[in-house]
Amino acid sequence: MTLTTAAVTTAHTLPPPFTSPTSPPLDLRVQGAESLLYKTTLLTPSLPCALKYRPPKAYRHATLDRRLTKARLLAEARVLVRCRRDGVTVPGVLGADWETGWIALEWVEGRTVREVLDGVYHVREHRDAQSAEEKEGKEGIEGIEKQLLGLMRKVGVAVGKLHSVGVCHGDLTTSNLMLRPRKKKRTTHPGHDAAEAAEAAEADIAMEALRDAQAQEPEPEQELDGDVVLIDFGLANQTVQDEDKAVDLYVLERAFGSTHPQAEHLFQEVLNAYGENYKAGQTVLRKLDQVRMRGRKKSMLG
Amino acid sequence: MVIQTIYLPHLPANPIHIFLFENVKNAAFLREQLMAGNMEFEYTFLDSTMILSLHHVLAAMFRAVNDLKHNRIRTKNVHSEAVFCLSPNNNIAESFRRFGLSGATESMLAIKVGGLDPTTPLDQEAEKVKRHILASVDGSPLDSLDRIDDFADLDKIRKVYKLQKGSKSNRTGGQSAQVNTGNGDEEREEMEAVILGLMALRGA
Ligand SMILES: Nc1ncnc2c1ncn2[C@@H]1O[C@H](COP(=O)(O)OP(=O)(O)OP(=O)(O)O)[C@@H](O)[C@H]1O
Ligand SMILES: [Mg+2]
Repeated sequence: MTLTTAAVTTAHTLPPPFTSPTSPPLDLRVQGAESLLYKTTLLTPSLPCALKYRPPKAYRHATLDRRLTKARLLAEARVLVRCRRDGVTVPGVLGADWETGWIALEWVEGRTVREVLDGVYHVREHRDAQSAEEKEGKEGIEGIEKQLLGLMRKVGVAVGKLHSVGVCHGDLTTSNLMLRPRKKKRTTHPGHDAAEAAEAAEADIAMEALRDAQAQEPEPEQELDGDVVLIDFGLANQTVQDEDKAVDLYVLERAFGSTHPQAEHLFQEVLNAYGENYKAGQTVLRKLDQVRMRGRKKSMLG
Repeated sequence: MVIQTIYLPHLPANPIHIFLFENVKNAAFLREQLMAGNMEFEYTFLDSTMILSLHHVLAAMFRAVNDLKHNRIRTKNVHSEAVFCLSPNNNIAESFRRFGLSGATESMLAIKVGGLDPTTPLDQEAEKVKRHILASVDGSPLDSLDRIDDFADLDKIRKVYKLQKGSKSNRTGGQSAQVNTGNGDEEREEMEAVILGLMALRGA
Protein backbone atom coordinates (compact mmCIF):
# COMPACT_ATOMS: atom_id res chain seq x y z
CA MET A 1 0.00 0.00 0.00
CA THR A 2 1.16 3.52 -0.76
CA LEU A 3 0.99 4.59 2.86
CA THR A 4 3.48 1.95 3.95
CA THR A 5 5.90 2.89 1.19
CA ALA A 6 5.80 6.52 2.24
CA ALA A 7 6.52 5.59 5.83
CA VAL A 8 9.53 3.52 4.83
CA THR A 9 11.13 6.28 2.78
CA THR A 10 10.90 9.09 5.34
CA ALA A 11 13.89 11.37 5.24
CA HIS A 12 16.50 10.90 7.93
CA THR A 13 17.93 13.77 9.86
CA LEU A 14 21.67 13.82 10.02
CA PRO A 15 23.48 15.25 13.02
CA PRO A 16 25.38 18.57 12.86
CA PRO A 17 27.38 19.71 10.95
CA PHE A 18 25.42 17.99 8.17
CA THR A 19 22.37 20.12 8.82
CA SER A 20 23.29 23.48 7.34
CA PRO A 21 20.75 24.62 4.75
CA THR A 22 23.55 26.00 2.56
CA SER A 23 25.60 22.81 2.76
CA PRO A 24 26.68 20.91 -0.33
CA PRO A 25 24.31 18.12 -1.37
CA LEU A 26 24.07 15.00 0.74
CA ASP A 27 23.23 12.39 -1.81
CA LEU A 28 21.76 9.26 -0.20
CA ARG A 29 23.19 6.34 -2.16
CA VAL A 30 22.56 3.26 -0.06
CA GLN A 31 20.16 2.62 2.76
CA GLY A 32 21.42 -0.43 4.61
CA ALA A 33 19.98 -2.16 7.63
CA GLU A 34 22.38 -0.47 10.01
CA SER A 35 23.60 2.55 8.13
CA LEU A 36 22.93 5.19 5.53
CA LEU A 37 25.57 6.00 2.96
CA TYR A 38 25.71 9.46 1.40
CA LYS A 39 27.98 10.93 -1.21
CA THR A 40 29.10 14.41 -0.20
CA THR A 41 32.26 16.43 0.52
CA LEU A 42 34.01 17.24 3.79
CA LEU A 43 37.31 19.10 3.38
CA THR A 44 37.10 20.73 -0.04
CA PRO A 45 34.38 20.77 -2.68
CA SER A 46 36.61 18.75 -5.00
CA LEU A 47 37.27 15.84 -2.65
CA PRO A 48 34.24 13.52 -2.69
CA CYS A 49 33.58 11.41 0.35
CA ALA A 50 31.33 8.59 1.49
CA LEU A 51 29.53 9.59 4.65
CA LYS A 52 28.39 6.54 6.56
CA TYR A 53 25.85 7.37 9.23
CA ARG A 54 24.49 4.97 11.80
CA PRO A 55 21.19 6.46 12.97
CA PRO A 56 19.98 5.77 16.51
CA LYS A 57 17.71 2.77 16.83
CA ALA A 58 14.49 3.75 18.53
CA TYR A 59 13.81 0.25 19.85
CA ARG A 60 17.05 0.14 21.83
CA HIS A 61 17.73 1.80 25.14
CA ALA A 62 19.38 5.15 24.26
CA THR A 63 22.56 4.68 26.32
CA LEU A 64 23.08 1.13 25.12
CA ASP A 65 22.39 2.20 21.55
CA ARG A 66 24.98 4.96 21.71
CA ARG A 67 27.52 2.59 23.14
CA LEU A 68 26.93 -0.05 20.47
CA THR A 69 27.02 2.51 17.66
CA LYS A 70 30.26 3.93 18.97
CA ALA A 71 31.87 0.50 19.30
CA ARG A 72 30.93 -0.62 15.80
CA LEU A 73 31.90 2.64 14.19
CA LEU A 74 35.26 2.76 15.90
CA ALA A 75 36.01 -0.87 15.17
CA GLU A 76 35.41 -0.21 11.49
CA ALA A 77 37.45 3.01 11.43
CA ARG A 78 40.38 1.44 13.28
CA VAL A 79 40.59 -1.52 10.94
CA LEU A 80 40.45 0.78 7.92
CA VAL A 81 43.28 2.98 9.18
CA ARG A 82 45.35 -0.02 10.09
CA CYS A 83 44.77 -1.67 6.70
CA ARG A 84 45.64 1.50 4.86
CA ARG A 85 48.83 1.87 6.86
CA ASP A 86 49.81 -1.70 6.01
CA GLY A 87 49.20 -1.30 2.29
CA VAL A 88 45.81 -2.96 1.85
CA THR A 89 43.72 -1.08 -0.72
CA VAL A 90 40.85 0.32 1.34
CA PRO A 91 39.31 3.81 1.46
CA GLY A 92 41.02 6.15 3.90
CA VAL A 93 39.15 7.68 6.85
CA LEU A 94 38.72 11.45 6.39
CA GLY A 95 36.85 12.21 9.58
CA ALA A 96 34.68 10.67 12.26
CA ASP A 97 32.35 11.51 15.11
CA TRP A 98 31.57 8.50 17.24
CA GLU A 99 29.24 10.44 19.54
CA THR A 100 26.84 11.36 16.76
CA GLY A 101 27.54 8.23 14.74
CA TRP A 102 29.26 9.00 11.42
CA ILE A 103 32.50 8.31 9.61
CA ALA A 104 33.62 9.95 6.38
CA LEU A 105 35.59 7.80 3.96
CA GLU A 106 37.38 8.52 0.75
CA TRP A 107 34.95 8.09 -2.11
CA VAL A 108 35.85 5.08 -4.21
CA GLU A 109 35.08 5.66 -7.88
CA GLY A 110 33.88 2.80 -10.00
CA ARG A 111 31.47 -0.01 -9.27
CA THR A 112 31.16 -2.95 -6.94
CA VAL A 113 32.39 -6.26 -8.34
CA ARG A 114 28.80 -7.42 -8.14
CA GLU A 115 27.74 -4.61 -10.48
CA VAL A 116 30.65 -5.34 -12.78
CA LEU A 117 29.64 -9.00 -13.06
CA ASP A 118 25.99 -8.07 -13.49
CA GLY A 119 27.05 -5.85 -16.36
CA VAL A 120 29.12 -8.51 -18.06
CA TYR A 121 26.59 -11.32 -17.76
CA HIS A 122 23.73 -9.10 -18.66
CA VAL A 123 25.56 -8.33 -21.89
CA ARG A 124 26.27 -11.97 -22.55
CA GLU A 125 22.74 -13.17 -21.99
CA HIS A 126 21.42 -10.34 -24.09
CA ARG A 127 23.82 -11.12 -26.93
CA ASP A 128 23.29 -14.87 -26.62
CA ALA A 129 19.65 -14.32 -27.35
CA GLN A 130 20.49 -12.80 -30.71
CA SER A 131 23.42 -15.11 -31.45
CA ALA A 132 26.41 -13.59 -29.81
CA GLU A 133 28.93 -15.29 -32.02
CA GLU A 134 27.46 -13.73 -35.11
CA LYS A 135 27.51 -10.33 -33.54
CA GLU A 136 30.90 -10.05 -32.00
CA GLY A 137 32.72 -13.27 -32.73
CA LYS A 138 33.95 -15.85 -30.32
CA GLU A 139 36.97 -13.72 -29.51
CA GLY A 140 34.79 -10.99 -28.03
CA ILE A 141 33.34 -13.29 -25.42
CA GLU A 142 36.65 -14.93 -24.74
CA GLY A 143 38.14 -11.47 -24.39
CA ILE A 144 35.70 -10.67 -21.63
CA GLU A 145 36.41 -13.96 -19.89
CA LYS A 146 40.10 -13.24 -20.04
CA GLN A 147 39.59 -9.86 -18.47
CA LEU A 148 37.33 -11.39 -15.86
CA LEU A 149 40.09 -13.81 -14.95
CA GLY A 150 42.35 -10.80 -14.45
CA LEU A 151 39.73 -9.29 -12.17
CA MET A 152 39.49 -12.57 -10.20
CA ARG A 153 43.26 -12.50 -9.75
CA LYS A 154 43.11 -8.99 -8.35
CA VAL A 155 40.40 -10.03 -5.92
CA GLY A 156 42.55 -12.95 -4.77
CA VAL A 157 45.60 -10.73 -4.37
CA ALA A 158 43.64 -8.10 -2.42
CA VAL A 159 42.10 -10.65 -0.04
CA GLY A 160 45.50 -12.30 0.40
CA LYS A 161 47.03 -8.96 1.30
CA LEU A 162 44.25 -8.29 3.80
CA HIS A 163 44.77 -11.65 5.47
CA SER A 164 48.54 -11.24 5.45
CA VAL A 165 48.27 -8.18 7.70
CA GLY A 166 46.11 -10.14 10.12
CA VAL A 167 42.67 -8.83 9.32
CA CYS A 168 39.51 -10.74 8.46
CA HIS A 169 36.77 -8.94 6.59
CA GLY A 170 33.83 -10.74 8.14
CA ASP A 171 31.36 -10.01 5.30
CA LEU A 172 33.27 -10.67 2.12
CA THR A 173 30.66 -10.44 -0.63
CA THR A 174 30.91 -9.12 -4.18
CA SER A 175 29.10 -5.96 -2.99
CA ASN A 176 31.93 -5.23 -0.59
CA LEU A 177 34.60 -5.36 -3.28
CA MET A 178 34.87 -2.40 -5.59
CA LEU A 179 36.71 -2.03 -8.88
CA ARG A 180 38.21 1.44 -9.06
CA PRO A 181 39.37 2.60 -12.48
CA ARG A 182 42.96 3.77 -12.63
CA LYS A 183 43.55 7.47 -12.78
CA LYS A 184 43.41 9.03 -16.22
CA LYS A 185 47.11 9.70 -16.81
CA ARG A 186 48.08 6.39 -18.35
CA THR A 187 51.72 5.62 -18.92
CA THR A 188 52.57 3.81 -22.13
CA HIS A 189 54.68 0.80 -21.41
CA PRO A 190 57.85 0.15 -23.30
CA GLY A 191 58.02 -3.25 -24.95
CA HIS A 192 54.47 -2.96 -26.24
CA ASP A 193 54.76 -5.63 -28.90
CA ALA A 194 52.38 -6.77 -31.59
CA ALA A 195 50.87 -9.56 -29.50
CA GLU A 196 50.08 -7.15 -26.74
CA ALA A 197 48.59 -4.73 -29.21
CA ALA A 198 46.35 -7.45 -30.59
CA GLU A 199 45.30 -8.35 -27.10
CA ALA A 200 44.47 -4.75 -26.40
CA ALA A 201 42.37 -4.55 -29.56
CA GLU A 202 40.55 -7.69 -28.52
CA ALA A 203 39.94 -6.18 -25.14
CA ASP A 204 38.55 -3.10 -26.83
CA ILE A 205 35.90 -5.14 -28.55
CA ALA A 206 34.87 -6.60 -25.24
CA MET A 207 34.83 -3.18 -23.69
CA GLU A 208 32.63 -1.86 -26.44
CA ALA A 209 30.10 -4.60 -25.80
CA LEU A 210 30.08 -3.56 -22.20
CA ARG A 211 29.67 0.10 -23.01
CA ASP A 212 26.82 -0.55 -25.40
CA ALA A 213 24.83 -2.43 -22.84
CA GLN A 214 25.32 0.17 -20.18
CA ALA A 215 25.12 3.28 -22.28
CA GLN A 216 22.37 4.58 -20.00
CA GLU A 217 24.84 4.79 -17.12
CA PRO A 218 26.46 8.21 -16.94
CA GLU A 219 29.75 6.87 -15.56
CA PRO A 220 32.30 6.77 -18.36
CA GLU A 221 34.35 4.06 -16.66
CA GLN A 222 33.14 0.68 -17.77
CA GLU A 223 36.48 -0.98 -17.69
CA LEU A 224 37.40 -4.28 -16.17
CA ASP A 225 40.77 -2.77 -15.57
CA GLY A 226 41.54 -1.02 -12.29
CA ASP A 227 42.32 -1.64 -8.65
CA VAL A 228 40.24 -3.81 -6.39
CA VAL A 229 39.31 -1.88 -3.24
CA LEU A 230 37.85 -3.58 -0.19
CA ILE A 231 35.02 -1.76 1.59
CA ASP A 232 32.53 -2.22 4.46
CA PHE A 233 34.62 -3.28 7.43
CA GLY A 234 31.69 -3.14 9.84
CA LEU A 235 32.18 -6.80 10.76
CA ALA A 236 35.95 -7.01 10.40
CA ASN A 237 38.09 -8.54 13.06
CA GLN A 238 41.74 -8.15 13.92
CA THR A 239 42.63 -11.18 15.97
CA VAL A 240 42.36 -13.95 13.50
CA GLN A 241 42.92 -17.62 13.02
CA ASP A 242 43.35 -19.43 9.70
CA GLU A 243 39.86 -20.71 10.33
CA ASP A 244 38.41 -17.16 10.15
CA LYS A 245 40.35 -16.47 6.97
CA ALA A 246 39.02 -19.66 5.41
CA VAL A 247 35.50 -18.58 6.33
CA ASP A 248 36.13 -15.25 4.55
CA LEU A 249 37.00 -17.18 1.38
CA TYR A 250 34.05 -19.51 1.81
CA VAL A 251 31.64 -16.60 2.18
CA LEU A 252 33.06 -15.03 -0.96
CA GLU A 253 32.81 -18.30 -2.86
CA ARG A 254 29.18 -18.69 -1.88
CA ALA A 255 28.50 -15.08 -2.81
CA PHE A 256 29.91 -15.65 -6.29
CA GLY A 257 27.98 -18.87 -6.67
CA SER A 258 24.64 -17.40 -5.66
CA THR A 259 24.72 -14.07 -7.46
CA HIS A 260 26.66 -15.11 -10.56
CA PRO A 261 26.44 -18.86 -11.14
CA GLN A 262 27.86 -18.23 -14.65
CA ALA A 263 31.01 -16.91 -12.99
CA GLU A 264 31.44 -19.82 -10.63
CA HIS A 265 34.12 -21.47 -12.78
CA LEU A 266 36.18 -18.29 -12.54
CA PHE A 267 36.36 -18.39 -8.77
CA GLN A 268 39.24 -20.86 -8.77
CA GLU A 269 41.36 -18.02 -10.12
CA VAL A 270 40.66 -16.01 -6.93
CA LEU A 271 42.02 -18.90 -4.90
CA ASN A 272 45.02 -19.38 -7.21
CA ALA A 273 46.08 -15.76 -6.88
CA TYR A 274 45.39 -15.86 -3.15
CA GLY A 275 47.64 -18.88 -2.66
CA GLU A 276 50.40 -17.53 -4.89
CA ASN A 277 50.59 -14.08 -3.36
CA TYR A 278 50.04 -14.79 0.30
CA LYS A 279 52.73 -16.91 1.92
CA ALA A 280 50.58 -18.56 4.57
CA GLY A 281 47.68 -18.86 2.13
CA GLN A 282 48.20 -22.56 1.49
CA THR A 283 47.21 -23.47 5.05
CA VAL A 284 44.13 -21.31 4.73
CA LEU A 285 43.19 -23.01 1.49
CA ARG A 286 43.43 -26.40 3.17
CA LYS A 287 41.19 -25.10 5.94
CA LEU A 288 38.79 -23.92 3.26
CA ASP A 289 38.22 -27.53 2.23
CA GLN A 290 37.15 -28.40 5.77
CA VAL A 291 34.91 -25.37 5.97
CA ARG A 292 33.26 -26.33 2.68
CA MET A 293 32.65 -29.85 3.96
CA ARG A 294 31.02 -28.57 7.10
CA GLY A 295 28.93 -26.19 5.00
CA ARG A 296 27.71 -29.07 2.88
CA LYS A 297 26.79 -31.20 5.90
CA LYS A 298 24.92 -28.30 7.40
CA SER A 299 22.89 -27.71 4.25
CA MET A 300 22.06 -31.43 4.08
CA LEU A 301 20.71 -31.27 7.59
CA GLY A 302 18.55 -28.43 6.30
CA MET B 1 46.21 37.45 -2.98
CA VAL B 2 48.16 36.55 0.20
CA ILE B 3 45.02 35.63 2.14
CA GLN B 4 43.13 32.50 1.18
CA THR B 5 39.71 32.02 2.60
CA ILE B 6 38.49 28.47 2.48
CA TYR B 7 34.96 27.35 3.24
CA LEU B 8 34.73 23.86 4.66
CA PRO B 9 31.76 22.33 2.81
CA HIS B 10 29.49 21.72 5.82
CA LEU B 11 30.68 24.66 7.92
CA PRO B 12 29.81 27.66 5.75
CA ALA B 13 29.39 29.96 8.76
CA ASN B 14 33.05 29.64 9.69
CA PRO B 15 35.32 30.64 6.82
CA ILE B 16 38.92 29.59 7.39
CA HIS B 17 41.45 32.35 6.64
CA ILE B 18 44.87 30.92 5.86
CA PHE B 19 48.24 32.62 5.37
CA LEU B 20 51.52 30.95 4.41
CA PHE B 21 54.81 32.67 5.21
CA GLU B 22 58.43 31.88 4.47
CA ASN B 23 61.60 33.57 5.73
CA VAL B 24 59.96 34.09 9.11
CA LYS B 25 62.22 35.94 11.55
CA ASN B 26 60.03 36.40 14.62
CA ALA B 27 58.57 32.95 15.33
CA ALA B 28 59.88 33.12 18.92
CA PHE B 29 58.03 36.39 19.49
CA LEU B 30 54.78 34.98 18.06
CA ARG B 31 55.10 31.94 20.26
CA GLU B 32 55.54 34.14 23.34
CA GLN B 33 52.32 35.95 22.51
CA LEU B 34 50.50 32.60 22.53
CA MET B 35 52.07 31.56 25.81
CA ALA B 36 51.17 34.87 27.39
CA GLY B 37 47.58 34.40 26.27
CA ASN B 38 47.59 37.59 24.23
CA MET B 39 44.08 37.59 22.75
CA GLU B 40 45.19 39.62 19.75
CA PHE B 41 47.20 36.62 18.69
CA GLU B 42 44.49 34.01 18.75
CA TYR B 43 45.54 32.09 15.64
CA THR B 44 46.43 28.55 14.75
CA PHE B 45 50.15 28.98 14.17
CA LEU B 46 51.79 25.96 12.57
CA ASP B 47 55.33 25.15 11.59
CA SER B 48 54.81 24.31 7.93
CA THR B 49 57.50 21.64 7.88
CA MET B 50 55.03 19.52 9.87
CA ILE B 51 52.18 20.01 7.42
CA LEU B 52 51.93 17.51 4.58
CA SER B 53 49.22 19.12 2.48
CA LEU B 54 46.24 21.43 2.46
CA HIS B 55 43.99 18.46 3.22
CA HIS B 56 46.10 17.74 6.28
CA VAL B 57 45.55 21.17 7.75
CA LEU B 58 41.90 21.35 6.68
CA ALA B 59 41.16 18.06 8.43
CA ALA B 60 42.48 19.59 11.66
CA MET B 61 40.44 22.75 11.16
CA PHE B 62 37.33 20.68 10.44
CA ARG B 63 37.67 18.63 13.58
CA ALA B 64 38.44 21.67 15.76
CA VAL B 65 35.41 23.62 14.54
CA ASN B 66 33.15 20.57 14.73
CA ASP B 67 34.35 19.78 18.26
CA LEU B 68 33.76 23.42 19.23
CA LYS B 69 30.18 23.22 17.93
CA HIS B 70 29.66 20.10 20.03
CA ASN B 71 31.15 21.76 23.11
CA ARG B 72 33.93 19.29 23.55
CA ILE B 73 37.19 21.08 22.86
CA ARG B 74 39.99 20.11 25.21
CA THR B 75 42.23 23.18 24.90
CA LYS B 76 41.72 26.92 25.44
CA ASN B 77 40.05 27.83 22.18
CA VAL B 78 39.32 26.57 18.69
CA HIS B 79 42.67 27.80 17.39
CA SER B 80 44.78 25.90 19.91
CA GLU B 81 42.40 22.98 19.46
CA ALA B 82 43.28 22.80 15.76
CA VAL B 83 46.94 22.27 16.70
CA PHE B 84 45.89 19.47 19.04
CA CYS B 85 43.71 18.01 16.26
CA LEU B 86 46.84 17.32 14.22
CA SER B 87 48.05 15.00 16.94
CA PRO B 88 47.87 11.21 16.73
CA ASN B 89 47.65 11.03 20.56
CA ASN B 90 46.11 12.80 23.55
CA ASN B 91 49.16 14.70 24.74
CA ILE B 92 48.24 18.37 24.31
CA ALA B 93 51.59 19.87 25.33
CA GLU B 94 53.40 17.53 22.97
CA SER B 95 51.14 18.48 20.08
CA PHE B 96 51.94 22.18 20.62
CA ARG B 97 55.64 21.37 20.64
CA ARG B 98 55.48 19.23 17.53
CA PHE B 99 53.19 21.22 15.28
CA GLY B 100 53.40 24.72 16.72
CA LEU B 101 56.08 27.37 16.32
CA SER B 102 59.56 27.08 17.75
CA GLY B 103 62.43 29.54 17.75
CA ALA B 104 63.74 27.73 14.71
CA THR B 105 60.57 28.05 12.61
CA GLU B 106 61.25 29.63 9.24
CA SER B 107 58.09 28.85 7.34
CA MET B 108 54.67 28.87 8.93
CA LEU B 109 50.93 28.87 8.53
CA ALA B 110 48.76 31.38 10.35
CA ILE B 111 45.10 30.43 10.39
CA LYS B 112 42.06 32.24 11.72
CA VAL B 113 38.63 30.71 12.05
CA GLY B 114 36.06 33.26 10.93
CA GLY B 115 32.48 33.81 11.99
CA LEU B 116 33.12 33.44 15.70
CA ASP B 117 33.04 37.13 16.66
CA PRO B 118 29.50 38.43 16.27
CA THR B 119 30.68 42.07 16.41
CA THR B 120 32.65 41.82 13.16
CA PRO B 121 30.63 41.42 9.96
CA LEU B 122 31.91 38.56 7.81
CA ASP B 123 32.70 40.82 4.85
CA GLN B 124 35.06 42.97 6.90
CA GLU B 125 36.62 40.16 8.84
CA ALA B 126 39.05 38.92 6.19
CA GLU B 127 40.53 42.39 5.68
CA LYS B 128 40.87 42.94 9.40
CA VAL B 129 42.64 39.62 9.92
CA LYS B 130 44.89 40.26 6.96
CA ARG B 131 45.95 43.67 8.23
CA HIS B 132 46.77 42.28 11.65
CA ILE B 133 48.71 39.22 10.53
CA LEU B 134 50.77 41.07 7.94
CA ALA B 135 51.72 43.61 10.57
CA SER B 136 52.60 40.91 13.09
CA VAL B 137 54.64 38.34 11.18
CA ASP B 138 58.14 39.35 10.14
CA GLY B 139 58.37 37.21 7.01
CA SER B 140 57.36 36.89 3.35
CA PRO B 141 53.71 36.04 2.74
CA LEU B 142 53.16 33.68 -0.19
CA ASP B 143 50.50 34.24 -2.81
CA SER B 144 49.28 30.71 -3.03
CA LEU B 145 48.73 27.77 -0.73
CA ASP B 146 49.94 25.44 -3.49
CA ARG B 147 53.36 25.67 -1.97
CA ILE B 148 52.32 24.09 1.35
CA ASP B 149 53.50 20.73 -0.01
CA ASP B 150 56.98 22.11 -0.71
CA PHE B 151 57.70 22.94 2.92
CA ALA B 152 56.75 19.52 4.31
CA ASP B 153 59.55 17.59 5.98
CA LEU B 154 58.45 14.05 5.22
CA ASP B 155 60.89 12.37 7.59
CA LYS B 156 59.75 14.44 10.55
CA ILE B 157 56.11 13.90 9.68
CA ARG B 158 56.58 10.15 9.30
CA LYS B 159 58.23 10.00 12.69
CA VAL B 160 55.43 11.79 14.51
CA TYR B 161 52.76 9.58 12.97
CA LYS B 162 54.93 6.44 13.21
CA LEU B 163 54.79 5.68 9.49
CA GLN B 164 57.13 3.44 7.55
CA LYS B 165 59.17 4.94 4.80
CA GLY B 166 58.46 4.08 1.17
CA SER B 167 55.21 3.84 -0.70
CA LYS B 168 53.35 0.60 -0.38
CA SER B 169 55.50 -1.08 -2.98
CA ASN B 170 54.10 -4.50 -2.19
CA ARG B 171 50.62 -3.08 -2.04
CA THR B 172 48.75 -5.52 -4.23
CA GLY B 173 51.38 -8.12 -4.76
CA GLY B 174 52.97 -8.99 -8.08
CA GLN B 175 50.16 -9.01 -10.59
CA SER B 176 48.81 -5.49 -10.80
CA ALA B 177 52.18 -3.88 -10.35
CA GLN B 178 51.71 -1.27 -13.08
CA VAL B 179 51.50 1.31 -10.34
CA ASN B 180 52.39 4.72 -11.75
CA THR B 181 56.15 5.04 -11.85
CA GLY B 182 57.13 5.42 -8.23
CA ASN B 183 57.17 9.20 -7.86
CA GLY B 184 56.76 10.81 -4.48
CA ASP B 185 53.15 11.74 -5.20
CA GLU B 186 51.87 8.28 -4.52
CA GLU B 187 53.73 8.06 -1.26
CA ARG B 188 52.35 11.43 -0.18
CA GLU B 189 48.85 10.30 -1.04
CA GLU B 190 49.28 7.19 1.07
CA MET B 191 50.74 9.17 3.95
CA GLU B 192 47.88 11.64 3.82
CA ALA B 193 45.25 8.91 3.83
CA VAL B 194 46.73 7.26 6.93
CA ILE B 195 47.42 10.52 8.77
CA LEU B 196 43.88 11.84 8.33
CA GLY B 197 42.64 8.55 9.75
CA LEU B 198 44.93 8.76 12.77
CA MET B 199 43.80 12.33 13.42
CA ALA B 200 40.13 11.44 13.11
CA LEU B 201 40.58 8.62 15.63
CA ARG B 202 42.51 10.61 18.22
CA GLY B 203 40.86 10.18 21.59
CA ALA B 204 38.74 7.24 20.51
N1 LIG C 1 34.05 4.61 0.24
C1 LIG C 1 33.07 4.36 -0.63
N2 LIG C 1 33.08 4.92 -1.85
C2 LIG C 1 32.08 4.69 -2.73
N3 LIG C 1 31.03 3.90 -2.48
C3 LIG C 1 30.97 3.31 -1.30
C4 LIG C 1 31.97 3.51 -0.30
N4 LIG C 1 31.64 2.79 0.79
C5 LIG C 1 30.49 2.18 0.49
N5 LIG C 1 30.07 2.47 -0.76
C6 LIG C 1 28.84 1.99 -1.43
O1 LIG C 1 27.83 1.88 -0.47
C7 LIG C 1 27.41 0.51 -0.32
C8 LIG C 1 27.14 0.24 1.16
O2 LIG C 1 28.29 0.54 1.92
P1 LIG C 1 28.73 -0.42 3.09
O3 LIG C 1 28.87 -1.78 2.52
O4 LIG C 1 29.91 0.18 3.75
O5 LIG C 1 27.46 -0.27 4.01
P2 LIG C 1 26.54 -1.37 4.69
O6 LIG C 1 26.63 -2.67 3.97
O7 LIG C 1 25.20 -0.77 4.87
O8 LIG C 1 27.30 -1.42 6.06
P3 LIG C 1 27.06 -2.27 7.37
O9 LIG C 1 26.97 -3.71 6.92
O10 LIG C 1 28.32 -2.01 8.17
O11 LIG C 1 25.85 -1.74 8.02
C9 LIG C 1 28.53 -0.30 -0.92
O12 LIG C 1 28.12 -1.54 -1.42
C10 LIG C 1 29.03 0.61 -2.03
O13 LIG C 1 28.20 0.52 -3.16
MG1 LIG D 1 27.92 -3.74 2.53
